[in-house]
Order: sequence, then structure tokens, then C-alpha cells
Amino acid sequence: MNDSGAERLSTLQMAEFAARGFLRFDAVVPDSINRRFLTDVGHVPDAEVDSLWKHYGNIMRSSAIPLVNPGTPLASAYPEDSAVAELLRLPLVRGATASLLGTEPVVDHHFLHITFPGRLYAAAGQPHVAQHTHQDSTIDPRQAFDVQIMYYPHDITRDMGGTRFVPGTHLRVVSEAAISRYQNIRGQQHMVCKAGTLLFLHHGIWHGGGRNDSERLRYMFKIRLCPTERQTRLWDTGDLDELSQLRPIFWNPAPSNKPSIESVLMNPEPWFEADTGRLEMINRIRLWRYLTGDTSWDADYWMTRVENEYA
Amino acid sequence: MPNIRQNVLILYLESSALDSRCIAWSFYEGASNARHDAGDSDEPPYPTGLAAMRDGWRLIQMSPLQQHGSGDEFRVGYLKYEFLFEKLIDVTGGGASK
Repeated sequence: MNDSGAERLSTLQMAEFAARGFLRFDAVVPDSINRRFLTDVGHVPDAEVDSLWKHYGNIMRSSAIPLVNPGTPLASAYPEDSAVAELLRLPLVRGATASLLGTEPVVDHHFLHITFPGRLYAAAGQPHVAQHTHQDSTIDPRQAFDVQIMYYPHDITRDMGGTRFVPGTHLRVVSEAAISRYQNIRGQQHMVCKAGTLLFLHHGIWHGGGRNDSERLRYMFKIRLCPTERQTRLWDTGDLDELSQLRPIFWNPAPSNKPSIESVLMNPEPWFEADTGRLEMINRIRLWRYLTGDTSWDADYWMTRVENEYA
Repeated sequence: MPNIRQNVLILYLESSALDSRCIAWSFYEGASNARHDAGDSDEPPYPTGLAAMRDGWRLIQMSPLQQHGSGDEFRVGYLKYEFLFEKLIDVTGGGASK
């Protein structure tokens, strides 16, 4: 992909992604692209949709979303004059994609998710429910990661049941729908956003579609991307060294408010268990080592403590 | 003749202690047609497992504590401290909710 003008992520944004498994960019896609995307995919006024199967069928047959084989380079996956290609050319999107995945990512798959109002599920004899919590794909113990870009082309209100996700769950190794039993988790977020908002998600983040209790159709376009190189120091690393410093923990009457890699990576989530919350810190440090290529980097002595052995 | 149905509450706690903080929760009602969906509440119904017991929920199962496999000590996966509670409801004459 052409990298000129791309706005690479900062070190603190990368640390945020490593810690929480997502980056959110509100209303960054211009309205002209949002409107064209909805027109291209075959959106019609909500009142004209009388069957969810028929609407999905129409959209699949007539929409401008191309068929893309897995492994297709992102740079050639979409027609150059399409709304999606225009979105992918935005400097922020190119920069975030390149920072997380490198300049030659390939498409795993894409999908236009449509969540319908209750009346259309009732008409189809389908349950009108939220999607169970799950982790996409299958058991995936890699250190490398795929990224899912979620694009919200119109405003999403709370009653539209936007994507629900649980920050910080991305390093948990589970088997897809095995976590369906978990209905609610402290710290879960519901996407309520303006048109043109993007979510960049680590593939491991626990999530699910919310129930749409509005009268409007809800659209979300997702592209899953895979790296074709090691994901090391791909962001704007100019401030990497100055943002990392060992710090006293536990006994510290006046902790520094200065943002640092440590303060971002070691920030717990509300759902952390007392003991495994510490393992989350260790796994974040391991991910940061992968991202920086620095195999001895540590924060708050979590790794040094358990690696401190002598022959 | 009582007509008994079961409601099930699952609480995930911060540690193996029943009086530790609730971090996740699920609710399935067999005694009525009420439905509880993923994402339907952002605050737990009880602050701890003990608080649920004091409200009449009977503890019927808790996660065992398992040794960590060699080489796998730092792997995290499913929520570790799952506590399963029930209430038995007599639905004769219309039933009841939580």
C-alpha cells in the first residue's frame, strides 16, 4: 500500500491497543463517504423493508461490496472508486492499519452486518435477541494478531444495540462461542457513536451484536485483516524511549500523572480477577515485547520477578 | 400440588471467596417467560455472592481450584470463579419473578 501521508499511530496509542485490544476513532469518515457507502450497499428507507431475508438477499445480490477471496492484498481488494476504497485511503486509516499490521496486509474476510428492528424478526419467526458474547474464529494462541476494522456508516443510538465489547479480553485464549454463558461483564462497552466512526479491534476481543430495539436498521461493515510481516515497531516510534521508565509501585504516596507506556499497559479493567488480573499484566508485557522486539522489556518488575533465575 | 420451576443466577467473582466482588453475571428464568439478554445490564444484581445468598439464592455449584499446568501458568482464558445459584419457584397460580 502507498504509505505517503499516512498518519502512523503514536506509542501511547499502540500501548492502549496492546492493553485494551481496541482503538476507537469517532466520526473520522466524512459524511460523503458514509452516504455513498449506504447507497452502494443498497440501503433503502427503513419503512420499505418488510422482510429481513429479502433485504439481506437484495443487499447480497445488488450491493457494491465485492467478493474477496481470503488472502487478497487489501490494496487491491476494493475498486478504487468505491466508498470502501476511499475510506481505506484516509490518512488515519492507512496509518492505523500500517502501524498495526504493516503496509501489505491481506483480507481474511469481510461482512456487512445488518441488525433489524424487532418487527422484522417477528415476521420471520426469528428470536429478537442480542448476539451471545463470543471471540471470533477459533482458539488462537498466537502472539501475532489480526485486526478487525468495524465501520459504522450512520449514527448509532443506544437503543439500536450497537456492538458490545469487553476491553482487555483480547489476550484470553478461549474457544469462540464457549463464552456464550457470559451475559454481562463489568466494563463492557456498547457502541453508541456518530456516523463515520471506526473501531480497530484485536481479533481476540470478546464481543457481540446488541439487540436492536429501535425502528431503524443498523449497519456495520467489518473487514478482518491479517499481517504479512512481524508486527514490530511499525508505528511512529520517535517517542518510544522517553515514554518508558521503571517506577515504584505499591509504596508510592504521589504516583506520577505523566503518561507512560507503563501507566497505560498496567491499567486494570473493572472485570479483572484478583489473581489473573496480574497474569493479564504479564501477557500485556509479553505482547509489548513482541511489538517492540525488546525481549527484556518489563513494567513494574512483573516479568523480571519470574525470570530471575541463575544457572 | 406445587408446580416448581427453576431460576438460575450465575455470578463470576473476583476470587474464590464468596464475599468477593462480582465481576460478571448471567440470569436464566425458568419460572417465567422473562428473557435476560447479553448486554442487558451494566451493573451486577448483587455486589458479592454472599449478598445473593442473603437474598434467598441457594448456591448449587462453585468452580474448583485447579493446579496450573507446567508451562501454561500464565495463560488466561475463561472466567475462573463461577458460582451457580438457584431459586425454586412455585408457579402454581401464575408464577413469580426474581
